[in-house]
Amino acid sequence: MYRRTLLAGAATLALTAGAAFAQDDPVKAGFIYVGPIGDGGWTYEHNKARLAVEEEFGDAVETVYQESVPEGADAERAITQMALSGADIIFTTSFGYMDPTIAVAEKFPDVKFEHATGYKRADNVSTYSARFYEGRAIQGHIAGSMTETNKIGYIASFPIPEVIRGINSAYLHAKRVNPDVEFSIVWAYTWFDPAKEADAARALIENGADVILQHTDSTAPQAAAQEAGNVITFGQASDMSEFAPLPRVSSIIDDWAPYYIDRVQAVMDGTWESQDVWHGIEEGMVGIGEISDAVPEDVKAEALELKAQLASGEYHPFTGPINRQDGSVWLEEGETATDETLLGMDFYVEGLTGDIPN
Amino acid sequence: MDLSSISPVLLIASVMVSATPILLAAIGEMVVEKSGVLNLGVEGMMITGAVVGFAVAVNADAPVPGFMAAALASALLALVFGVLTQLFLSNQVATGLGLTLFGLGLSALIGKPYEGMKSPTLPRLDLGPLSDLPVFGRMLFSHDAMVYLSLLLVLAVWAFLKFTRAGLILRAVGESHDAAHALGYKVVRVRLVAIAFGGACAGLGGAYLSLVRVPQWTEGMTAGAGWIALAIVVFASWRAGRVAIGAYLFGGVTVLQLNLQAAGAAVPVALLSASPYLITILVLVIISARGAHGAPASLGRPFHASA
Repeated sequence: MYRRTLLAGAATLALTAGAAFAQDDPVKAGFIYVGPIGDGGWTYEHNKARLAVEEEFGDAVETVYQESVPEGADAERAITQMALSGADIIFTTSFGYMDPTIAVAEKFPDVKFEHATGYKRADNVSTYSARFYEGRAIQGHIAGSMTETNKIGYIASFPIPEVIRGINSAYLHAKRVNPDVEFSIVWAYTWFDPAKEADAARALIENGADVILQHTDSTAPQAAAQEAGNVITFGQASDMSEFAPLPRVSSIIDDWAPYYIDRVQAVMDGTWESQDVWHGIEEGMVGIGEISDAVPEDVKAEALELKAQLASGEYHPFTGPINRQDGSVWLEEGETATDETLLGMDFYVEGLTGDIPN
Repeated sequence: MDLSSISPVLLIASVMVSATPILLAAIGEMVVEKSGVLNLGVEGMMITGAVVGFAVAVNADAPVPGFMAAALASALLALVFGVLTQLFLSNQVATGLGLTLFGLGLSALIGKPYEGMKSPTLPRLDLGPLSDLPVFGRMLFSHDAMVYLSLLLVLAVWAFLKFTRAGLILRAVGESHDAAHALGYKVVRVRLVAIAFGGACAGLGGAYLSLVRVPQWTEGMTAGAGWIALAIVVFASWRAGRVAIGAYLFGGVTVLQLNLQAAGAAVPVALLSASPYLITILVLVIISARGAHGAPASLGRPFHASA
């Protein structure tokens, strides 16, 4: 797959490079994707935002992208190639591109880099992410209220802070409405592998889970849940509304478009500066997909209320008292978590079972 | 740790389902390699089968035409490879890789309108009293037809290669195409048939992914299954029975580790996921240490009657 996208990418680059001479030097924005643009989830939304950038600026911008770029050493080559082809700003849209992005940024000081969900910055590297854990709180609330077996399955991808935050947030809010709730967490070690994701969903369902939360990118777990029946799921990264009203009862939607437009504009104006952005429901970077009719009215009302509180900043999903898994105190009564601890979160909260693999 | 929530019956049933796509692709590729051709395009043929099977099944509202169309489409795609490598003598490795790239791109194109759609899936076969057996009924005798077909195919390939004259000719072509040619066998024709068969099997495997195992169409959904099938052929040292063992092992490890995690067992996930590949390397080392690697002698070598 990588080779195909490389070739396709190279062809696009060649075409756009040719076009660049014909025009009044438009800004060139490059995008590196971890999955295919048709994954129906994470990459699909990033690509939607890329199209929004094109729509917004018309001829003043050119975009190029490369899909299914493996995380790790290979990514460095792909990013380098994009920088060499004359991109002015490059969005690298997965956590695993962090070190490659920093490495390439050192070699191309004039190119601006935007790395999603990471924490390493430089003069020409910004980071941006969304507070998905706010959406996870709402999912946890609905999941805890609706589960009948009290077993909630969670398909996790890689043990990185963002994923752990999501698990903790969902668990705390499920526990709040349902003290008997238990989480089964499966680490899939992939962002995108429909067959494996479906297998993971089935394994969880066979082990008694009747709610499946996923932090992987494809819609395969939704299909597996639908097949099993009596299982509810939530759209991840994208609305996945084709599985509504059941099994998909709601979703977390990533909306990157305003941010991408903003940053490309900054490059055009020459005002681009390295920054660290972490937006949530309030700014609209995290959207909550329509809560379907399969959710009881009162639960839906509570979920919307929670959403309103999160949006207004009145409520923080990590508000003490919260203990770590080992029982030690993390947050005192009324204390809220700082962004710094959240960004480096590497522990489960009290009540979750199992260890985080390393 | 509480493992009681894992039902061994459901576990084995899941393993059988998850191993079927790679088993189908691997047994097809084994026949191709037995004829002396290395087709690295398995991934491309699988995903083409997945998308064509899905599209046809959705349009016909029945899974069986989907499987048939998938086999046909992938066999045709394989024949493109066959014509290029056997008639025009292009490099097999490069052409095979090209086939994978082409298949991935083509499938993304064909699949666009089918994203997010639901397909008719294969019903479980009712094997009468067998399906009603306690334990074994659910474990072994209540799958869909393709699971049994894949196992029958393994048996048929084994019998074909071992007992039939045609199988002997195929092996002869793979071991020494010059000798086979001198004896008057049509080397190119035999290889083209084998390539088409391999393509059809990969197509069935792909369609099984999109119609039964996942079941939906997502771009790039094979996610490396074709490469695993290629590894299995080497792991199996080109023997049909071992291909089946390899496929169930590869499929089994994945399902097992997911189930262990779901049940809350502390398992070294990364290690378990890597174990089939580690075993493959180990098998290769053992094979080469013994000096008899089992690979067809003419594997990957071009043939021209003038040479």
